[in-house]
Amino acid sequence: MLGDRPEATIASLFSDSNRSGYRLLAVLAVCVLLTFLDLRTNWVGWLRYAGGYVTGPVHYLAHFPTSMASWVSLQARTTEDLRDDNQRLVRQLLILEQKAQRLAVLEAENVRLRELLNSSARLSARVFVAEIIGVEPDLNRQEVVVNKGSGDNVFAGQAVLDASGLIGQVVEVGPLSSRVLLITDATHALSVQVNRNGMRTILAGTGHPDRMRLLYVADTADIVEGDLLVSTGLGKRYPAGYPVAVVASVRQDPGQAFLKVEARPTAHIDRASHVLLVASTASQSEQEQP
Amino acid sequence: MSRSQSAGTPIIIVTLFLGAWLEVLPLPDAIEYLRPEWLVLAMIYWAIALPHRIGVVWGASVGLFQDVLVGSVLGQHALAMTLVVYIAQSTYKRLRVFPPIQQSAVVFMLVGVFVIFSYLVQDFSGRALLSPVSMLVPAVVSAVLWRLVYSVLRWTRRRFLVR
Repeated sequence: MLGDRPEATIASLFSDSNRSGYRLLAVLAVCVLLTFLDLRTNWVGWLRYAGGYVTGPVHYLAHFPTSMASWVSLQARTTEDLRDDNQRLVRQLLILEQKAQRLAVLEAENVRLRELLNSSARLSARVFVAEIIGVEPDLNRQEVVVNKGSGDNVFAGQAVLDASGLIGQVVEVGPLSSRVLLITDATHALSVQVNRNGMRTILAGTGHPDRMRLLYVADTADIVEGDLLVSTGLGKRYPAGYPVAVVASVRQDPGQAFLKVEARPTAHIDRASHVLLVASTASQSEQEQP
Repeated sequence: MSRSQSAGTPIIIVTLFLGAWLEVLPLPDAIEYLRPEWLVLAMIYWAIALPHRIGVVWGASVGLFQDVLVGSVLGQHALAMTLVVYIAQSTYKRLRVFPPIQQSAVVFMLVGVFVIFSYLVQDFSGRALLSPVSMLVPAVVSAVLWRLVYSVLRWTRRRFLVR
């Protein structure tokens, strides 16, 4: 065939490369358009949602070796280890139950005092457990993937906690899994207050897994190393009163108007395997109050 | 002509799924930044092996899939993947006859193009934090691993008669 009509082959080659150039331009234009639509509107959210059906299983499969390894190590534990664990947990349970008893009294007292002040009481929010099945490989972003999707009543903006503090919020709900933006992400900030004196500031992530910073803390502010920062519930994203971070260092530069305050998150963000999703936000639980 | 003979699309999709799996597989923190761009390597291979089939539309689709997979802004990896596949597809005749070292060097540049364009879009969307130089480390690792990926995928292509 090549020998028969060389001109035709060459011509078709040229026209083919021409067409592929136009096709490249068209595809690039579609990509740029998609980027714009995704950044400025939410018209292409369905595309992401539909893709979730394909990417969800990939995340589950990627988590499989980890869960397999933890299963094997669980099987390989000796009775003695388990007995030790059991004893430790029973002791811990006793301590926590004792604390919970006091908490019930304090909560009731809190409700009474709030009634005296004519302000609505806050109920403790209901939570449900999810498992982290993926960690964002891109070092620019601090995100994790959890194994609960739209079928489990996960919604965008839902607060995510672990046993010792706030972890982040749900930013993207897929059909099988959801994506959680961590509080340590560089684009994330939330309103907190110092537990000791109630001073409110803004806690921003730095993109580093265990470093955060406080923004616009006045030079004369009363804040010291070791102060606990708790969420305020302002912004209506996070429930109020959960521990978020501990102040790690306070530096004063005489040339600057604000203090340089660094904090460390209280939650074990890079070690957590299970997280709690808050089922009802603060404002919802206020409405549920009888 | 060649379109009627094409076969083995499911095999290509399976290899791409494996690439995606490796892309999100948890790694220890110490070597996390060394993770090669598996999907790009796979797409470069298929673009060189089957240039009449695997083109920019495949590149954009796989890139879009990666966008959803890693939760980046839609179009970030799609744009970069489209460009890489286009370059690989239009130079496949030279790439096929290059000696291994030279081929790896070209793969380094192709993955570099991918990383840089993906960085540009990420920076535009306000989510870039680290310097792009640190993002070129995956390109080096990808180039080192290219021969391995090449051999595995060539074996797959011959074993399952992908045309």
